[in-house]
Amino acid sequence: MELDKTEQLLEKYFDGETSIQEENELRAYFSSSDVAQHLEHYKPMFGYFSTAKEQHFEQQIPLTARKRKVAWISVAASVVVLLGAGTFAYFNYSQPQQNRDLGTYDNPEVAFRETQKALEMLSDNVNVGVESVQYINEYEVTRDKIFIVD
Amino acid sequence: MNQNDFMQLVSPFKDKIFRVAKRLLVSTEEAEDATQEVLVKLWNKNDGLSVYNSVEALAMTMTKNYCLDQLKSKRASNLKIVHNNFTDRTPSLQQQVEDSDSLTWVEKVINQLPEQQRLIIQMRDIEQYEYEEIAKILEMNETAIRVALSRARKTIREFMTKTHRYGIG
Repeated sequence: MELDKTEQLLEKYFDGETSIQEENELRAYFSSSDVAQHLEHYKPMFGYFSTAKEQHFEQQIPLTARKRKVAWISVAASVVVLLGAGTFAYFNYSQPQQNRDLGTYDNPEVAFRETQKALEMLSDNVNVGVESVQYINEYEVTRDKIFIVD
Repeated sequence: MNQNDFMQLVSPFKDKIFRVAKRLLVSTEEAEDATQEVLVKLWNKNDGLSVYNSVEALAMTMTKNYCLDQLKSKRASNLKIVHNNFTDRTPSLQQQVEDSDSLTWVEKVINQLPEQQRLIIQMRDIEQYEYEEIAKILEMNETAIRVALSRARKTIREFMTKTHRYGIG
């Protein structure tokens, strides 16, 4: 390739107006041994473009769809968890329901007596509690003696 | 489509995906991850692929988007562990020898260009795509691509001239 044509091509190249074919001509020129001295510094540029194309991808491609398997496992796991929670809830809620049925009275008088009995028992227990607190009064008396309150 | 068909479809351009990814992400390992990711995505599309008239262009667009996303997410994270924080910053002897190699200089200059220009240089000067194809892949118009390419080439030229004349005047 003549020198002036090369220079024209280079000019076009840097303006982004060359075709692939013209670019290949330039590449061939700069990879040859007789490059004009004032164009010497373009050599590594074109050299690099050719060598950069040599890199290859050598990894394996994991084509088996792993994600789908994971999805199935999670579906199975959630079913198991739901079943477990379901049976647990079933057995736990059914027992207290049986105990909650305490029976009832048909006759209002009997019901009244039973209620009174229950309340009496309650008040007895409350009185026991009140009596055991009585000694606090004793404490008050002693305090009055010591600190002479008029 | 079974695995063999897919491999045959993909094999002509899987190296190109890798090189484009490497151009943007710089690290070989990250580029490998990106390539795998893109190919697996393609494989998952499987029968949907027949809709596209050029699977290669689709793959390149996916690669570009994936890599730009990667870069963006890395920049967005405010915690960065930069390994050169605690290593000796001066390049190793081997690195210095390599740097004197002018081909490595070209690579360095290209890697300093903005992402858009890097992609265009990669696609035009290394993979030798036609402008029309690049326009489709990058979703840009041809004129903009020519302008960016010319700018990128001139930047490289300027740098190479400077290093070539270094010390001469």
